[in-house]
Amino acid sequence: MPEVLLAAGASELRFRDPAKARALSAALGRVTAEIGRAPVSVMHVCGSHEQSIAKFGLRAVLPRDLNVIMGPGCPVCVTDVPEVDEAIVLAQDGVRIATYGDMLKVPGTVGSLADAQAAGAKVDVVYSAAQAVELARDTTEAVVFFASGFETTAVATAAVVLADPPANFSVLSAHKYIPPVMEIVAEMPGTKVEGFLAAGHAATITGSAIFERFVERHKIPVVVAGFEPLDILSGLVKLVELVRDKTPRVENMFPRCVTPEGNRNAQAHLWRVFRTVGGNWRGIAHVPNGNLRLRDEFAGVDARKKYRIDVRRLWTRAPSALTQTCICGTIMAGIASPHDCPLFGKACLPDAPVGACMVSSEGTCKIWYQYGGHPNL
Amino acid sequence: MCLGVPGRVIEVHGATATVDFFGVRRETRLDVVDEPVGPGDYILNHVGFAIRKIPAHEIQETLALYELLLKEAEGDMMAADVRGEITASRDQGGEDA
Repeated sequence: MPEVLLAAGASELRFRDPAKARALSAALGRVTAEIGRAPVSVMHVCGSHEQSIAKFGLRAVLPRDLNVIMGPGCPVCVTDVPEVDEAIVLAQDGVRIATYGDMLKVPGTVGSLADAQAAGAKVDVVYSAAQAVELARDTTEAVVFFASGFETTAVATAAVVLADPPANFSVLSAHKYIPPVMEIVAEMPGTKVEGFLAAGHAATITGSAIFERFVERHKIPVVVAGFEPLDILSGLVKLVELVRDKTPRVENMFPRCVTPEGNRNAQAHLWRVFRTVGGNWRGIAHVPNGNLRLRDEFAGVDARKKYRIDVRRLWTRAPSALTQTCICGTIMAGIASPHDCPLFGKACLPDAPVGACMVSSEGTCKIWYQYGGHPNL
Repeated sequence: MCLGVPGRVIEVHGATATVDFFGVRRETRLDVVDEPVGPGDYILNHVGFAIRKIPAHEIQETLALYELLLKEAEGDMMAADVRGEITASRDQGGEDA
């Protein structure tokens, strides 16, 4: 069993400790069996968790009756088609778009930002919101930062909005807020999620206490876990214990990074600039309070207020038939896996993605394509 | 990606700091860090912003996963994400295929 963990070497590191991995795997098997029914399904909502699970082959050491599903944990993947359309329309109208690299290939109604770029639109890839502001400072052109990411990344956008950006800079926010979508997924009839593994570094900012209300409402446990293979295994053991004992609560298994209250300074930045509004997440559903939008007082920095963005002109052409076949949304809801998709690895590849889940390094399909997803046992 | 990357603060100048990320030095913004940092402190960086000062007793454990990933070949996606955070650059589309 632990050979997958040993394969990468570096056994001196604690999280590579094969004896500990073996013990955790055995404990996970025991606790899952004690639940006395199968399968038990838990969900994580973080691309980095999926990367680690897939890369280190953790599904090979999970009990057969435990499903660990990746939910809507890829912000690029859940960016809705009309949001991409807004950026494309702005780019076509001559505005310089700055955005994170993964956003280039995300399909809109027809084509992507990369297609608009190939047709002559100005699209710059930035690593940071701060780079987008620098870009605006270096030019007289209008620059719109097409901002994606969950609350952790929205904090960075908030910081540049509050740091007196130049007048030619504005933000097209596609930022999403994770806690509300957990409620949606938990209530989906086909999903049957019995517990959530929450992402350690996102909780660094929000604090683990952010999940208390969710647990109270849905009686589903949430365990905050780190990213090392042993962090994930011990997080899963704790989560399945809470399922077994029917004691839904929030447990923080990543205390070296996460406190109950989180980073208050970052939260203050986030909520000073953004408010939550309802909106569609690609392929998932309408998520009440799931989108982060700029507050009215920042209208001068809000591309939606600054420009008249009419995306309807893109809708005269129908999306491709392949796009209609994509089951990205069902995969992110935890109802299907990439192997259930007829396009996966065939018509849909990292170099030529049909759906958003094959675009981003945080997308389930791209991660499974690189690391293989479920190993053959 | 939500992994971020840890680095050691070399110098603080106002709202930014020069930070060493596994041998690569660059500027990181300090607007949203949870507590004041100074030279020698370690921070966790996410998209160009320090989001946490890493307590001294947790530094080694925090660095471990990254050191392991940095031994990986170019084509490894998780390692590519970490290298992207270190060099503050993403290939267009984040492609590594």
